[in-house]
Amino acid sequence: MNKILLIIQREYLTRVKKKSFWIASILVPLLIAGVYTVPILLFVNADDEQRVTIVDESGLFQDKLKSEGDLTFVFTKQSFEQAKEALLKSKDDVLVRISADIISNPKGVQIIGKKTVGFGVQNDIEGKIQNELRNIKLTKAGIDLQVLEDNKIKVDAQTFTLNEDGGEKSSSSGGAMILGGFFGFLLYISAFLYGSQVMNGVIEEKSNRIIEVMVSSVRPFQLMMGKIIGVGMVGITQFLLWGVLTFGASSATTAIMSSQIESKVMAKTQAGISKQEIEKYKAAVKQENPLSAINQTIENISLGKIIVCFFLFYIGGYLLYSSLFAAIGSAVESPSEAQQFMFPVTIPIILSFILAQFIIQKPDSSIAFWASIIPFTSPIDMMVRLPFGVSNWEIALSLVLLIAGFMGTTWLAGKIYRVGILMYGKKPSWKEIGKWLWYKG
Amino acid sequence: MSYILEAQQVVKRYANHTALSGVSIQVPQGSIFGLLGPNGAGKTSLIRIINQITAPDEGSILLNGEPLQPKHIEWIGYLPEERGLYKKMKVGEQLLYLAQLKGMAKNQAIEQLKYWFIKFDIKEWWDKNVEDLSKGMQQKTQFIATIVHKPKLIILDEPFSGFDPINANLLKDEILQLKQEGSTIIFSTHRMESVEELCDHIALINKSKVVLAGEKKAVKNQFRDNTYTIEYQGTLLPATDLFEVLQYTTLDDNTTKAQLRLRPDVLPNAMLAAVIQQVELSSFHENIPSFNDIFIKVVGENANTIL
Repeated sequence: MNKILLIIQREYLTRVKKKSFWIASILVPLLIAGVYTVPILLFVNADDEQRVTIVDESGLFQDKLKSEGDLTFVFTKQSFEQAKEALLKSKDDVLVRISADIISNPKGVQIIGKKTVGFGVQNDIEGKIQNELRNIKLTKAGIDLQVLEDNKIKVDAQTFTLNEDGGEKSSSSGGAMILGGFFGFLLYISAFLYGSQVMNGVIEEKSNRIIEVMVSSVRPFQLMMGKIIGVGMVGITQFLLWGVLTFGASSATTAIMSSQIESKVMAKTQAGISKQEIEKYKAAVKQENPLSAINQTIENISLGKIIVCFFLFYIGGYLLYSSLFAAIGSAVESPSEAQQFMFPVTIPIILSFILAQFIIQKPDSSIAFWASIIPFTSPIDMMVRLPFGVSNWEIALSLVLLIAGFMGTTWLAGKIYRVGILMYGKKPSWKEIGKWLWYKG
Repeated sequence: MSYILEAQQVVKRYANHTALSGVSIQVPQGSIFGLLGPNGAGKTSLIRIINQITAPDEGSILLNGEPLQPKHIEWIGYLPEERGLYKKMKVGEQLLYLAQLKGMAKNQAIEQLKYWFIKFDIKEWWDKNVEDLSKGMQQKTQFIATIVHKPKLIILDEPFSGFDPINANLLKDEILQLKQEGSTIIFSTHRMESVEELCDHIALINKSKVVLAGEKKAVKNQFRDNTYTIEYQGTLLPATDLFEVLQYTTLDDNTTKAQLRLRPDVLPNAMLAAVIQQVELSSFHENIPSFNDIFIKVVGENANTIL
């Protein structure tokens, strides 16, 4: 068996067998499914039917406040005091008193609940009374309500992307922003996470002194590449697990949710609520889903393209940076010593992340173009740009340059690594590390 | 004599110093070869070149008459002075990994490892993490890693450091056994008593040069200075035409110990004949220098000439 395969196997298995790997693999999809489900569940299960008894002392609101959504309004002729007593015995939840001088005294509304009145309920009731009050005042001022209705024009712009073939597709720049930000962030985190795993692995071998035994069996370059590839595959495994488990967890929760929504809709239908209302409700549920905009973006740019590009840029970016991290690890004897050398390597990673926030705003600017082409920033910044639509030649150019980039850094790192791993004693200076490049094998 | 390893005029330079300047050694097949020298003399640099960890700037290394090639890596077993293993790995897994990296097939490696685990009576260690082993146990583990692939050439750098006397003896026996089975052992150390016991040939490196090399007896003969120690009762003349007395020491019970040097071409028998006429002789032996003496003499002299 090829030695480099043995090394990859060991590096991969020792990491995948760790508990921490599995905890991260399971926890993250659960979190994502949670982010996706909880708002909807909260919305669906939020304050069930509330029966509101209204004591309208002004007599202005009778039949004007209509039951809607979860609120059912019941008017009573009882006095406020009687109604209060009745509330305790009845099934009703909330009692509202509208004072006689409500028109001149907008504060004359009291809401009394058996339990603490929810903020949502309070808002709804206030909103309805406020609306009605305004209508009354406007009518008094001689304004036709119909004219007023006609004036409520809502502008809802749709954004479109022009295709290369001239067609239009509706796009959602919000979804693209979220998706771009998500992939950019994932690559940003993974550059640090897996890069530093490679670095610490190298430091471990060096400080353990196993390195001398290892390099008497394999070439230093084989050892370095074996470690880089092994750790990189751990990253890919992690992403795949995240993908599959997130999909699984989301499908499961979606199934549970839709059954809940269904039964909710059923209940509403039975309660004799109009079809229009139910449609409105369904739309509101959909609105609560934070991923709805993303789903639309994914429909526009094929999901396959995004995933393929993600893995290509992950591999390219990972190889580029992790080889530099390996070189740093070889030059030092402890992680704390490594800090000083990490700085120049982390700068371009952080820079790409800062640029990413600009690119999200202006994905077609020339800065965005160059950031997604130049190898050191391209892995993160191309992924950020991708959901906004990037032509294939740009992706190809970026990938070719990235390959050239990581071949360069790997070559450089190999030269430093082979000398560094056998150097003990004082911490080297940049100048010394520079000299190592010219040592004979 | 056939040599398993020959170094020819090997030069290795680092940025600020020359580690090896024209080093040549010959290691005979089937011998135990002592590579001696003070710290920093260049022993480790030479060993790393033999292991193909680094390459020489000039000169060449021949293994079995061929210039070093990647395939030779599997012929060599190397125990570095600074021991090290993966701490979080299980003993068995780790040894299997290292054996496979030396080119063994998995089955073959498992079989060999079983043999050694039974031989050292350490079967219960297989599933233990290395970090749970004592230092001595780790040393044994690493020794197995060095020899499991049946190397033709075994390079041991300070093998006895860290071993208690019992395990050191065990190790010594293993080394001798490996020699009997046909392996050649290069043995780098500055502990001269083990050289005395085990080595057939030596090379002494000092200040990046070989200053002394050859078969053990021949090297010792070079350092014989024709002096003898005798113990006697009575009075001995300080000098005759056969010998001169370099030093007297009075011991208890009227015995005197004296160091004699024979005049050139005088045989010990003639000296003895003369001595027993003068005194009552109780003991006599030639002063054969120990490797410790030789080491100090050569390295010390060298230091003086350079200073």
